[in-house]
Amino acid sequence: MTVAKSNKPIVWGPFAAGGTITAFVTPVLVLLTLFAAMGFVPSLLTYENLHAFAANWLGKLVIFGIILLSLWHAAHRLRVTLHDFGIRADTWVAIAVYFIASLGTIATLFYLLRIS
Amino acid sequence: MSERQIQLEVLRYNPETDSEPRFQTYSVPCLNEWVVLDALNYVKDNLDPTVSYRWSCHMAVCGSCGMMVNGEPKLACKAFIHEYGDQIRVEPLANFPIERDLVTVVDDFIGKLASVKPYLIPKEDKPVSAGEYKQSPVELKTFKQYTLCINCMLCYAACPQYGLVPEFIGPAAISLAHRYNQDSRDGGREQRQEVIASHDGVWECSFVGACSEVCPKHVDPASALQQVKVASTIDWYKEHLMPWMKK
Amino acid sequence: MSRKPYIREMSKTNWFFSQPRYTRYMAREVTCIFILAYTILLIFALKNLADGPEAYAGFLEALNSPLGILFNLAALVGAVYHSTSWFNVTPQAMPIQRGEEFVPGSIIVGAHYGGWALISLIVLFLGV
Repeated sequence: MTVAKSNKPIVWGPFAAGGTITAFVTPVLVLLTLFAAMGFVPSLLTYENLHAFAANWLGKLVIFGIILLSLWHAAHRLRVTLHDFGIRADTWVAIAVYFIASLGTIATLFYLLRIS
Repeated sequence: MSERQIQLEVLRYNPETDSEPRFQTYSVPCLNEWVVLDALNYVKDNLDPTVSYRWSCHMAVCGSCGMMVNGEPKLACKAFIHEYGDQIRVEPLANFPIERDLVTVVDDFIGKLASVKPYLIPKEDKPVSAGEYKQSPVELKTFKQYTLCINCMLCYAACPQYGLVPEFIGPAAISLAHRYNQDSRDGGREQRQEVIASHDGVWECSFVGACSEVCPKHVDPASALQQVKVASTIDWYKEHLMPWMKK
Repeated sequence: MSRKPYIREMSKTNWFFSQPRYTRYMAREVTCIFILAYTILLIFALKNLADGPEAYAGFLEALNSPLGILFNLAALVGAVYHSTSWFNVTPQAMPIQRGEEFVPGSIIVGAHYGGWALISLIVLFLGV
């Protein structure tokens, strides 16, 4: 008897890569936005500087990489977590979380391309 | 030698008369050097010969005496009395059906173990006259830790995913598949991947890590399973994005 | 002799309270909600950045509020918990064998923490 190999690797790859990238960069990014939330806008987060960063191709790539991988990491882990909480409609959960991640990915691409 | 009176609570279940398990408490005079298995043997020899449990070697080699000791999967022969208070509760291994008292039904694990082909499948058969299949110490070291598994099933009792999804092939069986996949003399990875890279294979694992925490032989099944995930993911991307890489 | 195995069912909805290690695991998994929410915030920031200076100023103004501080504090706790729990298991996920020996786990974990500190300092140095 042969059982079909699972297609989980499609999403597990981005999950693992995203878990690593968010572990390295998300805390410090949150720190920057926390400063902004407290009224001290860091220089990177001023309109001029952030716009200049996002207008650059390398900057676009960095932003897109971080958002894409964080998004797919979180979406996939959310799917597993909902299963752990006892929600057994895995197919629907998968469709929902990956739909959110896809939407976020497309939106990110769209906004990045608008910045020049 | 100091002696201590221990209240040993044993989960009893007699399939012929009981509809569900119940605890029975025995007062056992324990020597401080004893392990929980000694206390059970004392009960069996002196207090109640009807208590059923599995054991054999009394030295953490045979893997028969796995049970829950105060809620934690343990080998009864490796759980020292002096590490516990005056009340010790023993139950059959979690996540397995109870056959009788502390004896569990392990057919599911045995079947899964067999399904991953945990034996050498040589790349090419050669006659005995052609000599041995050689292996260097470095190649041995790559998988040696996984050879230490004694099939005691503590990792299955610790794994919540196995408890929640009984189809999951589980920690020990996948670790053993990994052990043979990593063996330089072996050529059976493709066959094992059919089983362990399936939906009920390694992908039911969410890296809780409990298996490695309870393993009495420090096999670290969680590590094996994560490595299998990485390898299976690389396989998948190679197969689907770079089909020309296929052998 | 008749067999009548007794099956103990595991609760599907509150099993993770039955052992501290399960609860720690769930805490780790739940960090994804913070990561997800924060990433959506980043996308929202990007939208306002693309919409122009006024829109972006409005975004910063909205962020500068008790709710914004609370959200970022929660995200910080979630993100740091994610980082530590992720780095701590790297030796298991990616063991490194050099010759006959495996590189000690503490070195692999330490290298990740070092990299994390370095990246954080660089971003803070360039960004603040």
